Amino acid sequence: MTTVLPLIIVVPILAAVGAFVLPRWSFPVALVGSLATVGLAVALAIEATATGAVRHTIGGWRAPLGIDLVLDGLALVMVLLTALIGLAITLYGRGYFGRAAPETEKGRQAVYFWALWMFLWAALNALFLSGDVFNLYVTLELLGFSAVALTALADKPNVLKAAMRYLIVSLSGSLMYLTGVAFLYGGFGVLDIAQLSSLTRETPALAVAAALMTAGLAMKTALFPLHFWLPPAHANAAAPVSALLSALVVKGSFYILLRLWLEVLYPLAGTFVPQVISLLGVGAIVWGSLQAIRQTRLKLLIAYSTVAQLGYLFVLIPILALERDNTLVLGGVICFVLAHASAKAAAFLSAGNILQALNDDKLSKLDGLMRALPLTVTAFGLAGLSLVALPPSGGFVAKWLMLDVAISRGYWGLTVVIVGGGLLAAVYVMRVMGRLFKQAAQPEVLSALKPVPRVMEFSAFGLALLAIGLGFAGVYVLRLLEIGARAVAGGG
Amino acid sequence: MTWENSLPLLIVLTSLIPGAIIFFLREAAHGVRTVLNLVGAFSKLVLIAIMIGGLQAGVTYETRLPLLPNFDLVLRSDSLSVLFVILSASLWLVTTIYAIGYLEESPNRSRFFGFFSLCVSATMGIALAGNLITLLIFYEFLTICTYPLVVHRGTEKALRGGRTYLVYTLIGGVLLLVAVIWLHAVVGAVEFMDGGVLNGVAQSQPALFSLLYVMFVAAFGVKAALVPLHGWLPRAMVAPAPVSALLHAVAVVKAGAFGIVRITYDLYGIAVANQLGVLTPLLLITCLTIVVGSLFAIFQDDLKKRLAYSTVSQVSYIILGVALFGPIGSIGGLLHLVHQGVMKITLFFGAGNLAETLGIHKVSEMDGVGRRMPLTMAAFTVGALGMIGVPPTAGFISKWYLGSGALAANESWVIGVLVLSSLLNAAYFLPILYRAWFKEQQAPWPEEHDFGGRLETHWTLLMPPVVTGLFALLLGIVPYILRSLVEVIILKEYIG
Repeated sequence: MTTVLPLIIVVPILAAVGAFVLPRWSFPVALVGSLATVGLAVALAIEATATGAVRHTIGGWRAPLGIDLVLDGLALVMVLLTALIGLAITLYGRGYFGRAAPETEKGRQAVYFWALWMFLWAALNALFLSGDVFNLYVTLELLGFSAVALTALADKPNVLKAAMRYLIVSLSGSLMYLTGVAFLYGGFGVLDIAQLSSLTRETPALAVAAALMTAGLAMKTALFPLHFWLPPAHANAAAPVSALLSALVVKGSFYILLRLWLEVLYPLAGTFVPQVISLLGVGAIVWGSLQAIRQTRLKLLIAYSTVAQLGYLFVLIPILALERDNTLVLGGVICFVLAHASAKAAAFLSAGNILQALNDDKLSKLDGLMRALPLTVTAFGLAGLSLVALPPSGGFVAKWLMLDVAISRGYWGLTVVIVGGGLLAAVYVMRVMGRLFKQAAQPEVLSALKPVPRVMEFSAFGLALLAIGLGFAGVYVLRLLEIGARAVAGGG
Repeated sequence: MTWENSLPLLIVLTSLIPGAIIFFLREAAHGVRTVLNLVGAFSKLVLIAIMIGGLQAGVTYETRLPLLPNFDLVLRSDSLSVLFVILSASLWLVTTIYAIGYLEESPNRSRFFGFFSLCVSATMGIALAGNLITLLIFYEFLTICTYPLVVHRGTEKALRGGRTYLVYTLIGGVLLLVAVIWLHAVVGAVEFMDGGVLNGVAQSQPALFSLLYVMFVAAFGVKAALVPLHGWLPRAMVAPAPVSALLHAVAVVKAGAFGIVRITYDLYGIAVANQLGVLTPLLLITCLTIVVGSLFAIFQDDLKKRLAYSTVSQVSYIILGVALFGPIGSIGGLLHLVHQGVMKITLFFGAGNLAETLGIHKVSEMDGVGRRMPLTMAAFTVGALGMIGVPPTAGFISKWYLGSGALAANESWVIGVLVLSSLLNAAYFLPILYRAWFKEQQAPWPEEHDFGGRLETHWTLLMPPVVTGLFALLLGIVPYILRSLVEVIILKEYIG
């Protein structure tokens, strides 16, 4: 069987190596790598829509020994999302790091950025395509290391501390996950997800594995109250790094959690564990939003908004584990992932532009920026629209599906939380937008703005348009998700 | 793509596309912007004319885009949507001309006209929405596009007004969202139909469907400024005059009233709503709004604020027509949907002219202004007399039908409310007219602006109120044309 499946991991790795060994060519190499990866993602989408789910065994070794790559609808959607956002981040990075020679401090940073970013992209693709729980652990570690290293790149005083904290959380999260994997292997003797799926029953081993893996992954996804590491890391990182951390990296660990509850841990659907996750999700929405409202710096505000928005991903887990075949429930969660990823990337990139122009991101300094940076402010506004879930936007479609699930099952508490979270989001988005629309208090500040490269403005705007456009793509996302739904079970 | 399935979408796009392009124009690109605006406005009117022609030949125009399983975005032409579409499109054209003159030298014109066009597109979408989700999407879209217009001046006061506006409308929007999804969970996907679609199912669960009706009315009532949900409207008065005109006559307030009309006639069905017993509380609230709005208006010295409270009162006439069960009252309500729009926009144009030409913002500064700006004030007078309901203006026709409708519905006490309201309207409009026409000028005008030429003000500012003022008269003298259209709509609603 010929498939481009392994290439989508190999190509970004090659780009990472290339960017590192050819420092003068690091951007062109990364750009070619990005474009090729996007092309491969599209090719995979065409292949999967035509033939259904794809399963590829690397080197011909079958499970349980070999490494299996599995592409079903869910994995495909995530790969496509990463491709779209990844391309925008690559373009943005060009404007952000400029043409500094590799001998300078800035140039060295740029080389590290390109190499690590390509590596992180490869790790994400590998994670989405992994067919067994141990390979997932490996990809999780690769993702964690590259993310921590990228965080540490920024030249700010607080950044090392934030990165260190992030590293410790990331390591302990992976370790808990790995222990869970050991319990699964001990209990059922296999690591392949498809095989596990048909073997798992409600046993003590599964319960322990579930508790460990869920806790570890929740920590890496910054689920309240384990979110403490996220705001400093995301807010202090360089703008393109903030965007990819918030948009993609946390979605990686969430993706594993989602897969596990859909395919391995579902016998525990009736227990209290998923209920606890859901309640913590509610806590995240409330706490994260309230903290976002209190912030006085733009990037911290956006970071706390991530804490809040990640909460939405968890609130439907109990229903998902119970109704595994219901594409509408899964669709709600995945549409939310897509909408949040694009809107949050757009928001962080816009904030990066503002920071670049103003050299400051205090909210009190933002007065009147609408006139100076209309495109960037519009991008932030459109992203905010999706975060608040106003139509037409991806956020609206996602919330619509989630509310439909909640209301049609009579979960009124959940309904109130989902709706209320939107209103709280409106409050923190408006705290920023109101300032941007204001008449400039200090016109001399506006005239002293530093120029922002066009490519940075346009990539933020492009992502914002993606967040809005997703509002019209709900049907297509659901159709993709149906590819190979549960047909992969059994392997081969 | 055929004419039948693209026309409603095109009617929305004729303002959406120019709007989107205008955002990217330079401030100085005055000519391009004007051409785009006018081409959009005129082509929209042409498309609407084609649609009306087709409707008379029995063609249904429908654009359908799948949004989610079981949820389509549906834009469809029916008589009710045509009524609202004609009103909005023609008033948009007039307001655009007015705004071009009004904002001649102010900053951020591209942004202003961009959002202005988006607002009109949202209104078109609301008018043409064929089901609840479409109505909801455009209703929320309207909220978003009006905010930048309200805060356009960027002052502290404007931002506060905008914030209040958002707080009210977003909460209303959330209520609407929950109600729409709840209804969907109970009855599945439903689309608007003459005579309603909930007959039978609504009577089987009266408590639930009454609750949903209350949620719908509360959600739309925010924009329609039903008391006690009207608080945002006077504060949104900080917006530039063309925005106020649009907000009050066409877009926001009307969208709320139109929503209530749609929900009552084409979702529940007027007969079903009557059986559920939800019309009586609605009647009480509208009567309360009519009286309270007028009472507040009397005490405002700020001209635009006085007009704002008058809007609170007058928009409720439309909903009053809905709440009176019986075709005559319904006809009165729908007639007033158009009449109030034409009269109110005339009043706001007049107020804008006074502010822009002479710097007058307060009623107490208006002494003798009739001699300085006779045409503006003549148009203003027609609007004001219309609001009071003096024949032969359009307002008289609305009140006549509403009064007869009240008698037919055995709610003769409503006549008392109408009379009281007319007295109150007279109490806050006649002093203005008296000052303008019969008093001598007391002090120099606060801030006179010379536009040159022989006219009392710039022609782009003068022409719109004169045209709409004439229309307000025409609709009163020749009420048959509009009435025959409205009668067709109402007949379908009652016969099903």
